[in-house]
Order: sequence, then C-alpha cells, then structure tokens
Amino acid sequence: MVPLSSYLAVAACLFSIGVVGLFLNRKNVIVILMCIELILLAVNINFAAFSHFLQDIGGQVFIFFVLTVAASEVAVGLAILVAFYRNRRSINVEDINTLQG
Amino acid sequence: MDTMLSTTELLAIPALPLAAALIVGLFGWALKEKVSHIICIAGVVGAALLSVHVFMQVLDGASFYGNFWTWMLSGRFVVPVGMMIDQLTVIMMMTVTIVSACVHIYTIGYMHGDPGYTRFFSYISAFTFSMLVLVMGNSFFTLFFGWEAVGLFSYLLIGFWFKRENANVAAMKAFIVNRVGDFGFAIGILAVWYYFGTVEYKEVFAAVPQFVSQGDSLHFLSWQMDAITFICIALFIGAMGKSAQVPLHVWLPDSMEGPTPISALIHAATMVTAGVFMVARLSPMFEFSETALAMVTVVGAITAWLCATIGLVQNDIKRVIAYSTCSQLGYMFVACGVSAYSVGIFHLMTHAYFKALLFLAAGSVIHAVMADQDIRRMGQLRKYMPATYITMLIGALALSGIPPFAGFWSKDLIIEAAAVRGMGWVSELAYWSVLTGVFMTAFYTFRMFFLTFHNSDRVPEETRAHLHESPKVITVPLMILAIGAAVAGWWGANILNIPGVETANNFFGNSIFVMEAHNPLLRLEEVEHSAGGHFWLEYGALVLALAGMATAWFMYFRETVYPARLAATFSGVHRFLLNKWWFDEMNWKIFIMPARNFGTFLWKKGDLAMIDRGLIHGGIIGGVIAGMNRMRAAQTGMVYHYAFAMVIGVFVLLTYLVLKG
Repeated sequence: MVPLSSYLAVAACLFSIGVVGLFLNRKNVIVILMCIELILLAVNINFAAFSHFLQDIGGQVFIFFVLTVAASEVAVGLAILVAFYRNRRSINVEDINTLQG
Repeated sequence: MDTMLSTTELLAIPALPLAAALIVGLFGWALKEKVSHIICIAGVVGAALLSVHVFMQVLDGASFYGNFWTWMLSGRFVVPVGMMIDQLTVIMMMTVTIVSACVHIYTIGYMHGDPGYTRFFSYISAFTFSMLVLVMGNSFFTLFFGWEAVGLFSYLLIGFWFKRENANVAAMKAFIVNRVGDFGFAIGILAVWYYFGTVEYKEVFAAVPQFVSQGDSLHFLSWQMDAITFICIALFIGAMGKSAQVPLHVWLPDSMEGPTPISALIHAATMVTAGVFMVARLSPMFEFSETALAMVTVVGAITAWLCATIGLVQNDIKRVIAYSTCSQLGYMFVACGVSAYSVGIFHLMTHAYFKALLFLAAGSVIHAVMADQDIRRMGQLRKYMPATYITMLIGALALSGIPPFAGFWSKDLIIEAAAVRGMGWVSELAYWSVLTGVFMTAFYTFRMFFLTFHNSDRVPEETRAHLHESPKVITVPLMILAIGAAVAGWWGANILNIPGVETANNFFGNSIFVMEAHNPLLRLEEVEHSAGGHFWLEYGALVLALAGMATAWFMYFRETVYPARLAATFSGVHRFLLNKWWFDEMNWKIFIMPARNFGTFLWKKGDLAMIDRGLIHGGIIGGVIAGMNRMRAAQTGMVYHYAFAMVIGVFVLLTYLVLKG
C-alpha cells in the first residue's frame, strides 16, 4: 500500500518543476504552456490521492473539471501563440515585452 | 383725499421702458434702426405721459402704498416688491421720464450711423426702467436694486464705445468708485434690517422715533455712535459715491467719455441725483441724527465749492459742465443737510432740465465741430448754429441763477436756507461755500459759453467746412428742455408752492418729514417778516451771479488777453486747478499703486514663485515624476517576471495564512 505522503511528494515535485520552469524559462512560450499543464497535473494527483484516501468521490469529479479547463486553455493558448507567431515571426519569451510601461 | 392710484397704471410706468429695452436688446439684430428707436421712444414717451397723469392725480391728493409680490423670503427676512407713490416720487418720475424722452429723441440725431445704434437705445430704455424702480420702490431693497441697476447701465454706457481705451478705463473707474460708496450703502441697509427687522419704508419710518428714544448705540472702529447716526452715515456714503461727492467725485468728470446723451441723462439729470433723492426719501431717518445731517451739509458744501473751482479752468466743454454737475449736486446735499429737503428736490428738478439742456446743447456743438470737445478750438459758433446758441444761453442763465430762469428759484432758496439754519460752523461753512460758489458757477458757465459762441474764431480750417446747425431731432429736444429750464423754477415756486412752510399748502405735504426745530423754511419766513437788514440775504446770490457773468464777459468777450495773463501770474494756482486738485494723482499714489504693488507681489512671489514653481513644479509634480520613474522600472514587460511576482505573492499570502493559523 503506497502511503498518501508519497503521492503528495510526487505532486509537490511536479508542481515545483512546473513553477520553476515557468519563470526560469527564457526561450519558448510553449514551454510556459507545458509548465502550466504540469502544475495542473500536480493538482490533479493531489485531488485523486485525497479522493481515494478520504473515500470522497467529489475529488475525482473535480479532476474532470480541471482536465477540461486545461484542455481548453491549451487550445486557446496555442491559438494565441500561432497568431502571435504570424505577427512577430517569433515565439521567444524575451521578445514578448510590449507590456513594458 | 386719500384715493388709491391704479396699480396697472403704476406698473406700466416702469414696464414700458423695460419691455422696449428687452425687445430692442434681444431682437435688435433683426430690427431696422428706425423700428428699434420707435419702440424705445414709444416706451419712454408712454411712461412719461403716464407719469404726468399720475402726477396730476397725486396733485389731487391720491397716493399709493402696497406690495405686489415677494422677492425673497428666508425666515424673518422678507423682501417684498412694492411701490410707494407720493409727491416726492411723482416729481422724480416726471423729471426722469421727461428728460429721458427728450434724450431718446435727441439720440436719433446724435447717434445716427453709429454701429451700436440699437444697443444704445436698448441701454437707455433699460436705464430709464432702473431709475424708475429706484424712485418708485417702497423698500430699501427695491432702492438697492435700482441703485445697482443704474450703476450697471452707467458703466455700460460710459464704456459704450468699447474700442476706445479711455472709455473703458473711465467705465471701470466709475464702477469701482461706486463700489466704494455702495459698500457703505449695503452696510446701511443691512443695519436697517438688523435694527428694525424690516426693509419697508413705511414700517421703518414708523419705528424710527421710538427707536431713537431707546438710544441704541454701537461701537464702530472705536467710535461710540448712535445706531441711527451709523445707519444714516453708512447710507450717505452710498449717496456720496452715486452722487459724486468729494472725495468720491473723481469718476463723474471721466464719465464724459461716454456719448453726450448719456452725460445729459445719466451723469447730470437723473442717476447722479439718486443720492439726493435717497436722503430726501429717508428724511424721517436723517432728521433724527444731527451728526449725519452735519456730515451731509459739510460734504455737500465742500463739493459745491471745490468742484466749482476746478470748473473755472477746464478746457473740455463737457468737463466744465460735469464739474458744474458735481458742484450743483453739492448744493442739493447742502439743502438736504440743512433740512430743506423739499428745496433740494426742487433744485434737483430744475437742475435736471437745465443741465440736460446744457449737455445736449454741448453735444450739438460737439457734433458740429466733428467730435472735438476743446473750447480752445471753438469760438464764434453762434453764426453757424443759432438754435443751439439760444437754447444754451437759456441753460447757462438758468445754471447761473438769473431770474426768471429755473436755477434762480431753487438755488436762491438753498442759499437762504443755509444762511438761516443755525447749525454753528457747519451751516456757516455751507453758507459761504454755496454763496461764493454762485460767483464761480456764473463765471465758468459764461466762460464756456463765450469761448464757444463768441470770442475769436479759433475753429481749425478743416472743421470749418463741416460747421452746420444740427438737425431737427437734435434741436427740438433742446427747445423742449429750454422751456423746462425757463419755467420749471417759476412753476415749482409759485404753482407747486415748494418753498411753502406749511405742509397743507406745500406741494410735498407729508412725503418729506422735517422737525419743526430744524425747518429752515420756517425760520426764513420769520426773518423775512422781521424788519429790514436782509437785503444781502435775498439779493446776495443774484448780485454775485451777475458779478460772475460780468467777469466772464470782461475776460472772455471784451479783454481777451486777461485770461492768459492771469494764468501766467498765478501759474501755481492755475496748474493746481487744471489738475483738479491732484485728486487723481492722490488716489493713484495712496490707493491704486499700493494695491497694484501688493497685487504684483502676490502674483510674482506668491503665485508664480511659491505656488507654481515651489509647490507645483518643485514639490508635487517633481515628486510624482521621480516616484513614477522609479516605479516604472518594475514594469519589465517580461511575462516570466509577472509570473514570478504572482508566485511570490501567492507564497507570501499562503505563508501568512498558515502562520496566522
């Protein structure tokens, strides 16, 4: 029987990799999207683990919501990315700085 | 005996000129010149006819007192709009509307072709309305409304030719000097309300005797004075501004920058006499304050004498008459001050006719010599303009006080009243001022007259071709006013019996209140009935007037070398008078320059240096810009920086929540 703490440890690792990847990455916007996916997956693992150990089916239902949102987010994100690439001929993160005041 | 006048008729008198002014003022751009002057003249002539009708009814004993509607209401403070029509009011109404009608007609000729023709008509009709409100009102607030409204139209009309800098400056000067007086006036009205709790004449007048016997007094700038004295003096300061009394007389001569019909109507016949009217109207208050009466007398006497001396040497035809107006207003105040209010109003009426006549005649001359007002460049004009010559001669004789013309009757009474009043040095000063003033009046009037119409011909060549008699619209009003100037005095003295001492047979009846102990007319009668020794009292003024005329005739008709020689001998005095006793320079040094310097100081140091450069640019704007520059460095535009900040934020918040438990 794998204890709950192991699941949580894996999830925490995944989450940390995702967060660090989010702001250490200087090159590619797609990596940012992938990192967000990782964070969401870490959350999902938590949901599943707690659902199982607490005998509450609600957590697993929530996973489907999260997966749905993640899927649509990726779809939108990639669409934006394509449009952006057409405009700027680049998806380099360093080049995306028009928000600067 | 006490029949009421028709309300509709009374309301129509001010309403007609107002309606005319509004129509022409608002729609003048769409009306032909002819239509607009017909509307205004119809309004004013209508008001004049109604005034004469009301005058007749009042002569038969009718009167009116009543409120029409409420203007303001705030707690105990009630301001009604109403009218008080009695003998004093009707004589003013008649004078105002008749002179105004003459001036309206005259204006057709004088302002012909001026780009502001319709505007001018609208203004003078609106002025007539304001003046009628001033005299017909039944409370201090209607008086104040009229008072300020005539001031406004005076300002607009002095600055009528708004492209001339002098006209604008003179208009501002008139307005500002009047503000000084009106400050006192407003304080007086507020004091009336404070002490009496009402602003209606009838209620205030009824309460005065009881109020005086209470003996309320107040401290004002460390002076202890009776409340009634304080009120009267404050109100009289307003009259000094409006009626151009020393030292607030400086605006009146400058107001001659306005068109001549205005000088005749506003700055001679009507508006400037509002102060005299006010003092007479408020006789039930002034009678109870010896101090205020003494002040009225002294200020009037000083003005009468001082302005006459300035008039002796002026070279501008309109300024000579303007100083004469100041001086004659001084006479009227002397009359009021010595409690001969009826005589003051009598002189006001006769003065309105002959002074309006003199101004309009001067305007006719100015019109002929192509807007030149300097009498040194006139002379021998009688050959060119006989109608103006004769009418002006009548006006000059009336002003000098030669019988049987109007001025003689009223001015003579003022001098006699001042002589017998017995107020110690006050009435002595008044008597000698007005008596010597008579000589100067006759002298400067005929100096101007001879220099204009006789003497040598000094008209410049280029003007000579233009010399001509003025058209009928100008000469006919002159003739109407000349009739007034010729007979108004005799009519007032003999038909209306203004000098009469008993209220029953005197025209003014109960509209003017005079204490028996004060009444100089009573004493005058006693003196005249006593035997002998009053030749000088009765004929002194006439002798001096004739002497003044003779001197003027000698110097400016016969031996024309004398004036220059005299001016050279007494060059100091001459310069002193020519510069009007340095009043303008004094005001400039004492009031205007310090105020301007203070203003410049606040502008340069306070506003520009301290607020603009110090606070705004240095402090606030500088701080904001520096802070913003620092803060915008945080906005890198890099998405991962924002993400990082977000994660840090979440981390901090979570830590806080967890630690807080």
